[in-house]
Amino acid sequence: MTEFLQHIINGLGLGAIYALIALGYTMVFGILQLINFAHGDVYMLGAFIGYYAGRYLGLANVPGLGSLGAALALAMLGAAVAGYLIERFAYRPLRKSPRINVLITAVGVSLLLEFGGQIIFGADPKFFPTLYVPGEPFMIGTLQMNRLQLLVLAISLVLMTGLRTIIFKTKTGRAMRAVSFNHDNAALMGIPVDRIISVTFMLGSALAGAAGILVGLTYPKIDPLMGVMFGLKAFVAAVVGGIGNVTGAVIGALLMGVAESLVIAYWASTYRDALAFGILILILLFKPAGLLGTHRQEKV
Amino acid sequence: MNSGTSNLSALSQPILEFRNVNVHYGAIHALKGVSLKVETGKIVTLVGANGAGKSTTLRAISGLLKPSSGDVLFRGQSIAGQRTDRIVALGISQAPEGRGIFANMTVAENLELGAYLRKDKEEIENDRAHVFELFPRVKERLWQSAGTLSGGEQQMLAIGRALMARPSLLLLDEPSLGLAPQIIERIFEIIVKVNRSGTTVLLVEQNALLAMEIAHYALVLETGKVVAEGPSVELSRSPEIRKAYLGED
Repeated sequence: MTEFLQHIINGLGLGAIYALIALGYTMVFGILQLINFAHGDVYMLGAFIGYYAGRYLGLANVPGLGSLGAALALAMLGAAVAGYLIERFAYRPLRKSPRINVLITAVGVSLLLEFGGQIIFGADPKFFPTLYVPGEPFMIGTLQMNRLQLLVLAISLVLMTGLRTIIFKTKTGRAMRAVSFNHDNAALMGIPVDRIISVTFMLGSALAGAAGILVGLTYPKIDPLMGVMFGLKAFVAAVVGGIGNVTGAVIGALLMGVAESLVIAYWASTYRDALAFGILILILLFKPAGLLGTHRQEKV
Repeated sequence: MNSGTSNLSALSQPILEFRNVNVHYGAIHALKGVSLKVETGKIVTLVGANGAGKSTTLRAISGLLKPSSGDVLFRGQSIAGQRTDRIVALGISQAPEGRGIFANMTVAENLELGAYLRKDKEEIENDRAHVFELFPRVKERLWQSAGTLSGGEQQMLAIGRALMARPSLLLLDEPSLGLAPQIIERIFEIIVKVNRSGTTVLLVEQNALLAMEIAHYALVLETGKVVAEGPSVELSRSPEIRKAYLGED
């Protein structure tokens, strides 16, 4: 029983990181009906920003919450800028084009980042610098609590709460929801639609950048293609939760993390990726719109 | 049937003017050289059959469609091709076709979005109280999801929301569509009230008879062209108009 709970906790930690990425997929889909294939690569950029900040800004020399915070801030900022540029120069010019053109462009941007990353960062995996040294694990009853994992969970939780607050409590968030419902009607309210789309990309990208740091902390090997499978699974999590739905993305991601952790523990880690898609197929068979997804019908 | 307009326009500048406006949707030529004037302080109605170009006209005013040629003037200044949010900021708000309610939000949030560009908190609160006076039903439903409102309530919300921007020109797209006669009557009474308090109204309607009853001036649109216009009283008396658009023999 203890062991089982342990795997659940590990799974939640992994799931929380998936959630940070899944949120970006689901927000961009919600607002543009676009699957931003480059999103997983923005997460990779976040990890590399953390890597360079750790090594060349000396953050790794003074590991601790301060260094971690600084790396997080830099990665989120850098990822937000990347997200802004991707939307501004790759997607916005195609705003009125058929959706398939934008989708193909998204694949192109993704490949550009992945192989551009190989040229600039090098194709070899790199060790993520130590930004934070966790203390000894502590026990709750017979449960061993890893401090790093708790920290990752806490950071994810703070970021997700922050995003929720922005979406549901601020004027910008209200504008985001309006644009995601209908661009023209949002514009008729006086909402600058393009600017709100930029903000959405920047928020989603910042969370992905943060995920890059958190993954670097827990699984400290990074490479330019790290966003491919991880991003894909986060995307699956968003679809499982009901793409376009922010709460759904978090639920789908936690489910994915826990399931993966259990498969690794009780079955075989080689099946972990197959499992993600197994879950996707199973859930979509019974709930075609995802767990919390609704097929929206527009009243005319 | 053009008499009357020239005298009027000599007196005051129209709040809105179309000069030979053409609009294309891809290969479709939706507006074919439309010229029109909306005098300040009036209710002007644009009537015509489905597909005549009425909604296209409103979309061209709000900047959701850009004219391929010609000019749209608001208070004498060209607004053709400007961004929609800038046009709204000038004082033009629209209750769009199909009401355009944000069904994923509450009624209160819909109203707040109507005042998106405004910062004057107290005045916004006053305007909200005014909207509640006009539409008590909207107040009753304030914390409900807007998607759960009936058609009539949604229309009231759409008009109330447009008023929250405190527009000088209010564009209404088929406010009677799909509503029961008593509700239509109430909404039209409110349109008159809004106009009397100083807002110019451009009303697009398929229900020509009803629209001409409250409008000062009417234009008839047919396949993208203005085919008749004049003061509503005169226009609604003209036998050929009655025959073609008011369903009389």
